[in-house]
Amino acid sequence: MGTPANTPASNAHLTTSTRLTGAEIVWATLVGEGVTDVFGYPGGAILPTYDALRKFPIHHTLVRHEQGAAHMADGYARASGKVGVAIATSGPGATNLVTGIATAMLDSIPIVCITGNVSSKVLGTDAFQEVDITGITLPITKHNFLISRAEDIAPALREAFQIARSNRPGPVLVDITKDAQQGSAIFDFEAAKPRPYRPHPMLRVEDDSLAQAAELIRSAERPVILAGHGVIESQAMEQLRSLAERAEIPVALTLLGLGGFPASHPLNLGMMGMHGEAWVNHAIQEADLLIACGMRFDDRVTGVTSKYALKAKKIHIEVDPAEINKNIKVDVALVGDLRHVLEELLPRISGRDGSPWIKTIEDSKGDVAVRDIKNLPDSGHLWAAHVVHDLWRITGGNAVVVTDVGQHQMWEAQYFHHEHPRTLVTSGGLGTMGFALPAAIGAKTACPEKEVWVIAGDGGFQMTAAELSTIVQEKLNINIAVINNGYLGMVRQWQEFFYDRNYESTPLVSPDFVKLAEAHGIPGRAVRTRAEVEAAVQEARNAPGAFLINFLVEKEDSVYPMIPVGSALHEMIRRPGHNPLVESAEDE
Amino acid sequence: MLHTFVAYVEDRPGVLTRVASLFRRLNINIHSLTVGHSERPGLSRLTLVCDSSAEAGDRIRASLYKLENVVDVDDIAGAANVTRELALIKVAANVASRSQIFELAEVFRARIVDLTAESVMLELTGVESKIEGLVEILRASNLTILELCRSGKMTMRRGHHTSSVLKALGAKADDASDPLTHGNQAGSGIPPDTESRLPAEPV
Repeated sequence: MGTPANTPASNAHLTTSTRLTGAEIVWATLVGEGVTDVFGYPGGAILPTYDALRKFPIHHTLVRHEQGAAHMADGYARASGKVGVAIATSGPGATNLVTGIATAMLDSIPIVCITGNVSSKVLGTDAFQEVDITGITLPITKHNFLISRAEDIAPALREAFQIARSNRPGPVLVDITKDAQQGSAIFDFEAAKPRPYRPHPMLRVEDDSLAQAAELIRSAERPVILAGHGVIESQAMEQLRSLAERAEIPVALTLLGLGGFPASHPLNLGMMGMHGEAWVNHAIQEADLLIACGMRFDDRVTGVTSKYALKAKKIHIEVDPAEINKNIKVDVALVGDLRHVLEELLPRISGRDGSPWIKTIEDSKGDVAVRDIKNLPDSGHLWAAHVVHDLWRITGGNAVVVTDVGQHQMWEAQYFHHEHPRTLVTSGGLGTMGFALPAAIGAKTACPEKEVWVIAGDGGFQMTAAELSTIVQEKLNINIAVINNGYLGMVRQWQEFFYDRNYESTPLVSPDFVKLAEAHGIPGRAVRTRAEVEAAVQEARNAPGAFLINFLVEKEDSVYPMIPVGSALHEMIRRPGHNPLVESAEDE
Repeated sequence: MLHTFVAYVEDRPGVLTRVASLFRRLNINIHSLTVGHSERPGLSRLTLVCDSSAEAGDRIRASLYKLENVVDVDDIAGAANVTRELALIKVAANVASRSQIFELAEVFRARIVDLTAESVMLELTGVESKIEGLVEILRASNLTILELCRSGKMTMRRGHHTSSVLKALGAKADDASDPLTHGNQAGSGIPPDTESRLPAEPV
């Protein structure tokens, strides 16, 4: 698709300034920014740009819905660390990107979305397929541009990339009118370079604060490190590990922080928050010091803020000044890039014996093993937790897992243990159903050599199932695990706990997912018992291309523990010791 | 609590919308917003009064800085400042009531800028309480206010230019002011207009 890279023809545009059409400038700028893959869907207002693509060494993935394009760019960015790119036409094409852009905004993912718009001469007249996409995306982008002259395209795109990846990353939209694409201008990649990016004026890491933080750490008896997405975005994994090991402090993770600290590390407590394990949340509530690294005290993580970690002093290391004291008041704020701050802090940290507190936490794990669903005797029921656990075991934890949103997402976080960053792709902040399938396409495109698994519920999977055709068209080897319980599971769980089991509009009729996959050209099989899981997973892994497994799991299972909204972190609902749904001889 | 922010923003289409949209997203009510050209070419000066908790000031300032077109944000807070607002007030008036309006105008030092058989238009510049005072007296005197137009507050710190603005716009090399403090620093006066709107080194 397009001229091979590094031929004189493809590079000539970059080395000499030359007159190009606006459409050509779009691609030439993307090539200059290192883009090799884009995800999109053509239409009238973006057609001039599509027409110029064949001259450039960029691979285009045709989606089936523009929401898919945005999620693909997002999954691409999460898996690779590069800026993802999505392209759509005006009007409905642009508005279909909105959910995907908001998803990226809430999780701080760097993507650039390019949309066509009507000619600048008719802007504002309700022309055919005209929509004010820059107005619509104001609150869900870091910044956006409306470009109506060819000579403004390159500078805007270059600035868009810079904004997307700088400070706290996020999505940027560039809206280009049709006449700008059709016009022409001198293209000079170097001259289009934006001014140096201004760091946020309220960044502040003072000697005093570093000293104070070091002293708090030195004198703490029950410290916990809270590690979030910032560890991965700042590439501070080594520094975090050094801090934890040198000062012997246990580490709790947010959902998006999973993989930022190895799951197998003895100091790793696992995920905290609404569906975190009991011992993690109790540890936080008992702590006398919290060291928050690249996390924002999201409400899923804190429980009710008025009762959050009342015994603890808090250190907050965070690159976005707007997050400081937003949800939780902290005692020491180190406002800067996490990796740099930790590098300044580490020399002030001396060895510390953390073993008494670590032992206390270890002892508190108590009866968890009994209550853990993994340890329930095999009753013939298939539990989602078993599926995730087996998947983890069989892949050796070496896959990139892309989840959708709901119960399965929480079970994945609890039972698939991530050793490395960028191996879990999941929508945390916005919680967008339908994210998984397209995001996996983006992840696989970014990392073709990695094993990629989709784990999606029957509800979320149906939302973007059309992208199965994209997988086939692109010949991608993606394994798909549908956790099928016949319900919108997480909503059903809330109805069970808080709405008196009034399962209003949550039972879900779904197609036969295996037949659906086969209709798209993807083989598959159904699994109903634990005994079949391993064989099915191996069949998927050995299949030359994509494969779908329809796991028919226990219908009314709930994610435990759970902290109800309005409750404190320690006020969790635990899995009952005796599971009434299990009917084996070993039950009392 | 009312917060007053003075922001320098790039004079480009859509900047006002971005600022307003930010406050909608933060769920903070804008009490008044006024914007116009500043002393620097290409930069507009925006005075925004909003209603939120006492602790929200830092967060609002930090959020404004995240907008790409915002160059500097000053939280006036309790600093010594001059604040003014402009009001145009059209009052129903006939031969009998006219002179009463003239007297009230004199007391408040308002100017009469229009006079017809049925109405008088007053122009008043001053602090909020002065304007509200005149409006209240007019109403209490059984006069009918036909139209009231208020501009929203403009604010300027007393004394030197706010130092964080100096730094953002490229102060002289010997200016040692800390960009993160709001206070005025002694020494340098207003620097010459400069092309660059950003410091050469990260602050």
